[in-house]
Amino acid sequence: MSMEIPYTVDVRPDTGLTNGKLGIWLFLASEVMLFGALFASYVMLRVGAHEWPAGATYLNIPLATLNTVILISSSVTMVLAWASLAKRDFSRFRVFMGITILCGLGFLVIKYFEYTSKFHHGYFPATNTFLGVYFTLTGLHGLHVIGGMAVNGYLWGPGSALWKTDPVHFTNRVENAGLFWHLVDLVWIFLFPILYLL
Amino acid sequence: MGLETAVAHGAAHDAQHEELGFWRKYVFSVDHKMIGIQYAITGLLFLLFGFCLMMLMRWQLAYPGAALPILGTLLGEARMPGGTMLPEFYNELGAMHGTIMVFMGVVPLAVGGFGNFVLPLQIGAPDMAFPRINMASYWSYFVGGCVMLASFFVPGGAAQSGWTSYAPLSVIAGSGQTWWLIGMVFLITSSLLGSINFIVTTIQLRAPGLSFWRLPFFVWAQFVTSFLLLLAFPPLEGAAVLQLMDRLAKTSFFLPSGLVVSGQVLEVSGGGNPLLWQHLFWFLAHPEVYVLILPAMGIVAEVIANNTRKPLWGYRSMVYSLMFLGFMSFIVWAHHMFITGMGTTMAAFFQTTTMIISIPSVVILSALVLSLYGGSIRFTTPMLFALGFLPMFGIGGLTGLPLGLTAADIHLHDTYYVIGHFHYVVAPGTIFGLFAGIYYWFPKATGRLMNETLGKIHFAGSFVFMNVIFMPMFIMGLAGVSRRLYDGGASYAHAQPVLQWNVVSSWGAWGLALFQIPFIFNFFWSIYRGKKTDANPWHATTLEWSAPSPPPHGNFLTPPAAYRGPYEYSVPGAASDYSPQWEAAKA
Repeated sequence: MSMEIPYTVDVRPDTGLTNGKLGIWLFLASEVMLFGALFASYVMLRVGAHEWPAGATYLNIPLATLNTVILISSSVTMVLAWASLAKRDFSRFRVFMGITILCGLGFLVIKYFEYTSKFHHGYFPATNTFLGVYFTLTGLHGLHVIGGMAVNGYLWGPGSALWKTDPVHFTNRVENAGLFWHLVDLVWIFLFPILYLL
Repeated sequence: MGLETAVAHGAAHDAQHEELGFWRKYVFSVDHKMIGIQYAITGLLFLLFGFCLMMLMRWQLAYPGAALPILGTLLGEARMPGGTMLPEFYNELGAMHGTIMVFMGVVPLAVGGFGNFVLPLQIGAPDMAFPRINMASYWSYFVGGCVMLASFFVPGGAAQSGWTSYAPLSVIAGSGQTWWLIGMVFLITSSLLGSINFIVTTIQLRAPGLSFWRLPFFVWAQFVTSFLLLLAFPPLEGAAVLQLMDRLAKTSFFLPSGLVVSGQVLEVSGGGNPLLWQHLFWFLAHPEVYVLILPAMGIVAEVIANNTRKPLWGYRSMVYSLMFLGFMSFIVWAHHMFITGMGTTMAAFFQTTTMIISIPSVVILSALVLSLYGGSIRFTTPMLFALGFLPMFGIGGLTGLPLGLTAADIHLHDTYYVIGHFHYVVAPGTIFGLFAGIYYWFPKATGRLMNETLGKIHFAGSFVFMNVIFMPMFIMGLAGVSRRLYDGGASYAHAQPVLQWNVVSSWGAWGLALFQIPFIFNFFWSIYRGKKTDANPWHATTLEWSAPSPPPHGNFLTPPAAYRGPYEYSVPGAASDYSPQWEAAKA
């Protein structure tokens, strides 16, 4: 019997899904549980604390607002990159995916300046539990940004060779990468208010 | 793709298969069967290793402070000076026994081993949905296992804070704990990759005609188990990240203010919550209990249907019970924490959910027992292990009820009773189920049967000695002897009347080891010398038995399809006493 795994490219009729699409949604479910547990930990630590500083005491709200705008914009360009492929316009895909990656990079550069300014003022994870939560959650989120950028970079560069041989498969991959990128965005949309604003 | 290119493509594929070298075929394989076998063998080796750690501990428990002949001196002055075990080494053994047995032994064998090998075959799939992710899953497990083993050799030795790694003890412990946490991150990643693969494979790659209600119970068990792994492990990963931060970046997530260590107030920012770790840990570790038991139930169901030559009794109610069990397992975790000072409202809630979750377990076990009624039972080795599973899991389950009731738990918490309870579930319960599976599917993996006589010796000895080990623990626990005592309770007045049971239990453990020798010999001997067999030696009905033994790359010679339910044994009017899923009903 043939070794081809079915439904990698085509949709299985009775489930309406490709394997990759289902797989990425399950992965997102596990990510929700990961960050959900960490948010729950934040709540438990904050409720049990004698005092809890306002985010603005330590953190730079304008920079974080700018970062929020950048990350939401990158989610929009991510969708446009996928939509370009759906319209068979590979060069437009290149442009939008490139912007998405640059937005990710911009986010990390701003985050780098935020981190170094904290260190400069002598604020470290060990300083207090608020900063511990801040560095742990934003650090883990930053790793997700880097992971998403690595995938997007692969699809922008060497991975895009698949477009010539199997455009549907490639479009599916971009869609799945986009789903992950939206999750990364969504996590930040939770992190921004709970760390900076509340 | 035109016909010509398809043929050329196929030919190129075949040629490529024949060219697979040793490394690609046996080591960095993407074939689900080879990965399953890799998982199973690695898991069995870890089970043996974890058992050896326990046998060392049982020496200290039976004869506290006595020098262990020969082996004691080999382990070195840092661990057993003059052959006498140091308390620190005892703690290392205890923590690593639990970690290894649960995370590196039973789960990899039950899910990684049986799930990988059997599940795609049972649903008529050519492989798992993501073969390379499957390989990554095994190698992540392998790296995690190596990190755990290496931790024995770092300064201060391996983790010593129990398999539960309760804070703040684990945060202030030696560097072995950091290795434990890093190892866990690899093991969790492995489970995550594996569980996504199992769920997608089950949903997407079922053969034509194989609707969900025609899936074998084993597939259902793996399916539900995968959801538990997918959703329960990430919180532990989060907890591991927090504990790593506490240890390496000196945060205080789990360290309260004013914690005194060795007479000194610890210099940390404080404000953390030790109970937070317990919540995060048990949010994983209670579903984990079902991860340990469900695959074994799946195996036992397959073996019982096959050897009673009857359909399973109440297949649908068993499946509904599985789903309910999986759901409920997420809201019972705090019954491990009744004596942490939680309020009565919370305790009442978790006591209630705990009582409720016992119902589906009882439904499944009762259905399995009722399946025996009126069958013409074949007492093959896999069937003996499956039959052994039933009362052993029954004892394990029923002894759990007093632990789920808050009042009774105050007396029993952290005593040997708890150890006896969960070992009845996992050791003569789950591990008997796994042995049943090994004897049952060995001919599918190798094309040869395992030796029945050696198998029966293995079963009889294991059955007796499992009970010799664990039954005394109930007696000691009811007498109030705490677990995790370096001297087994010798320095406690209230433990004196029951101390002799430590000796019985220890000799039971060594006896059990003796009766694993026939199994180990049988396993390797049968690979080369076992009786050759055809595709379906047990006259079974599920799809894996329509593939050749061992199945080739791609599994089936003709595209499989299912025409009927999984357990159509002894159908009235049928030509033989089994009607396989792959045979169409005659018009």
